[in-house]
Amino acid sequence: MSRHRLAAAAAGAIIVLTGATVQTFSQGTPPAGGGDELRPVSSFAGIADTQSRSLALFQEAGKVLKHPRCVNCHPAGDRPAQGDRMQPHQPVVVRGKDGHGAPGLACATCHGRANFDPARVPGDPHWHLAPISMAWEGKSLGSICNQLKDPRRNGNRDVAAILKHVLTDSLVRWAWDPGPGRTPAPGSNAEFGALLQAWADTGAHCPAP
Amino acid sequence: MAISIKVNGVRHSVDVDGDTPLLWVLRDALGLTGTKFGCGIAQCGACTVFLNGKPLRSCAFPIAALGDGEVTTIEGVNGRTARAVQRAWTARDVPQCGYCQSGQVMSAIALLSEVRRPTDRDIDLAMNGNICRCAAYVRIRAAIKDAARTLEG
Repeated sequence: MSRHRLAAAAAGAIIVLTGATVQTFSQGTPPAGGGDELRPVSSFAGIADTQSRSLALFQEAGKVLKHPRCVNCHPAGDRPAQGDRMQPHQPVVVRGKDGHGAPGLACATCHGRANFDPARVPGDPHWHLAPISMAWEGKSLGSICNQLKDPRRNGNRDVAAILKHVLTDSLVRWAWDPGPGRTPAPGSNAEFGALLQAWADTGAHCPAP
Repeated sequence: MAISIKVNGVRHSVDVDGDTPLLWVLRDALGLTGTKFGCGIAQCGACTVFLNGKPLRSCAFPIAALGDGEVTTIEGVNGRTARAVQRAWTARDVPQCGYCQSGQVMSAIALLSEVRRPTDRDIDLAMNGNICRCAAYVRIRAAIKDAARTLEG
């Protein structure tokens, strides 16, 4: 057995210990993360009223938006969460001035360009927190919807640019390939994009905040 | 597979699997044992090195991802900031068992390279990824402030 396989075995033991420690910081019951699947756009065709259909489509897409894979790094404060139970990130890290962490402990100190499964550390070329203007933690789906459509908060994107971001950004797409021990976001990235496209095509209506 | 890596200014060829963590290449292939194994999951900071001048947990970084990046370990780190940290560490007699200290020193240098006059909060945020089971945290904080004062002078 190689040294690093021994190390990985030891790491497994520490994961258990770390999990036990971190749970003491857990705040309440983890929110429902949605189902494993997303309904196809075609299944909404029976809703005759366009606005009602738009709202239903966004409600379905909301299974992704409210999922831990997304909300963990869209915190309302300065600290991200981690894991399916959305526990506070360990070690303590903060968004820093640009969402990439504090001086001396940037996200990239631990998170590489891709998931590194032997160490159970997820990765992406631009691992970082969403800006505070796009905080989703604790927000209603209606509030998130209004954020998504607001260029002052969403990085000056129109709906088409949001769709492009959702379908092409590697960190968004990571949510469906998060590595072992982390539940992927529901459905697929393509299905999520199709739901948002259909929502946009039906007027991009938002649920009440 | 043969992989070419540059460590402390010297290029090496190592024959390891691509998913071997950088830490074990440093320790086992190159004999640079100043960098320590602590947890293997980027939770303790003992394995901290620099990649292109920025801190990196080498236990959670596959060697295949290194590319042309240049690695600096505790054996090779130098410069004015590193010397200030080394002197402060020695003067304060910071280590107890010492196991975590190479990682602590690397993170301290990384912080001072970005923030010349770190506050307590700056130090907490930069260093809380480096665990010390001897709890030398008070001396670590004091030594970082000493080094900062040296660098101001």
